Amino acid sequence: MEQLNDAGSSGVITQLGQMLEDALSDNYIFTATTLWHYWEGLVTTVQLVCLALLIGLILAVPLAIMRGSRRRWVKMPVYLYTYVFRGTPLLIQLYLIYYGVVFFDGFDISLGVTSVHVPSIQETWLWDYFRDPFVPALLAFVLNTAAYTTEIFHGAIQSTPKGEMEAARAYGMSRGKMMRRIILPSAFRRALPAYGNEVIFMLHASAICSVVTLLDLTGAARDIYARFYAPFEAFLFVAAIYLCLTFTIIAIFRQLEKRLLAHLKPLS
Amino acid sequence: MKQFATRALLGLTLGLSTFAITTSAAQAADVPDPLRLGIDVPYAPFGYKLPSGELTGFEIELGNAICAQLATHCEWTEQDFDGIIPGLMARKYDVIMSALTINPERERQVLFSEPYFTPPSGWFVKADSPLAGADTLDAEALAGKVIGVQRGNLQDHYVTDLYGRTAEVRRYTKLDDLVLDMDSGRVDVAFLDLPVGQDTLVNANDGNFVNTGSAISEPKKYFGDGFGIAMKKRDRDLKKAIDGALEALKADGTLKRLNDKYFASAATASDNHQ
Repeated sequence: MEQLNDAGSSGVITQLGQMLEDALSDNYIFTATTLWHYWEGLVTTVQLVCLALLIGLILAVPLAIMRGSRRRWVKMPVYLYTYVFRGTPLLIQLYLIYYGVVFFDGFDISLGVTSVHVPSIQETWLWDYFRDPFVPALLAFVLNTAAYTTEIFHGAIQSTPKGEMEAARAYGMSRGKMMRRIILPSAFRRALPAYGNEVIFMLHASAICSVVTLLDLTGAARDIYARFYAPFEAFLFVAAIYLCLTFTIIAIFRQLEKRLLAHLKPLS
Repeated sequence: MKQFATRALLGLTLGLSTFAITTSAAQAADVPDPLRLGIDVPYAPFGYKLPSGELTGFEIELGNAICAQLATHCEWTEQDFDGIIPGLMARKYDVIMSALTINPERERQVLFSEPYFTPPSGWFVKADSPLAGADTLDAEALAGKVIGVQRGNLQDHYVTDLYGRTAEVRRYTKLDDLVLDMDSGRVDVAFLDLPVGQDTLVNANDGNFVNTGSAISEPKKYFGDGFGIAMKKRDRDLKKAIDGALEALKADGTLKRLNDKYFASAATASDNHQ
């Protein structure tokens, strides 16, 4: 009886082992080659999103201050810029920047005796950067995220409590000093949750850059899907990677909020 | 609870009855009417759109002739090439007729008709490219170059495996976009079905592009056995019907006429009936 039991359990184990072995040997999709392909995609996605966010953030601070200016000629151009870039899809901006620039042919303008040559982009040094898809994609993403971040910061600056500004003025601070010491630090803190969302949106929006042949995570998944006709495997795997990236971003922002927004927490 | 049970029962009965109806209809006729065909356009001269928006090309005309033979109607569905086999699996159409090469990897997923065309693949560059006029293009000549292909087709597999490490392979969903990037100089060399490159790049662009290197149709592992019409594995009767129609069109000279019409300009249009 005992023997029989023993044989039964070891039989189950060998059966399970066999199933596992079958599943692994049956896996012709996730080989070293395709995993490397995914890795290259991950590197491109992280590079593109980090660079776009960093440059966008640097641009957004002065733009947000200008956006809140009382002078029309300072305020209006920034308003127009954020209006256009928030009002059109990122995919269209990407197409225009990547494919649009090459449709501009060089031509000559004759001015009486001399003529001025207006070069096409292929004739200029810019082409070194625009030939590859990375820079056009980066440019589109930077312009897009800078527009959204400008509006986020602008809103945060506008909602600075009046009392803080009055106190600053009472100390005799100039406008510049007040901006540096009082308004911006507290505005950044208030903008943090909304900016965290923008970072996550940017990561997810980066999935469209594969339409201009950039090999990002989604591009890698599309290649593998087209090669093995296996949509579930290819896209579920890549979705899992995006999930991990998103959770990392959320964790980072939660830590930041815990530290920087501690003074806003309820006391008990 | 009772209501739930009634609903579940009702749903089950409805589900079963529709199932019964569809299977009996399929048994009654081997060929569905209309026969829905999936195709990726533009892929001239196989399939492309006239300025009026009407579909035409070698495959469209041949497909319509097959439908006429089978006494059914063709209904063409456009689908990007990289999703064309999954689209068949998802029943967006009954068959694929879209320059789909018969190869073992695909035969695992779908059932192919007898081949109706066998084109070689060729390299295309700008007329002023240093690669123009080369006898053969090997790994050395292509090192560091940007090679453009359409994602997921056999040319993609071929250059990815052979030159993926030494050159940069850019994969396009639509042929249009590849042509744009060839034109702007972003892509150094395109690897395409020879008649397609001849038509879409060379003939359509007043000598801007040329065919270079030698035409490639070996090894079989990549280049397979020519273009076939693909259908779901269980559609054995449909395959028989389509093979019969192709045979009849070969016999009455329709296939020859279409070949002459679309590939006369491509010097390389070989004899395609083996």
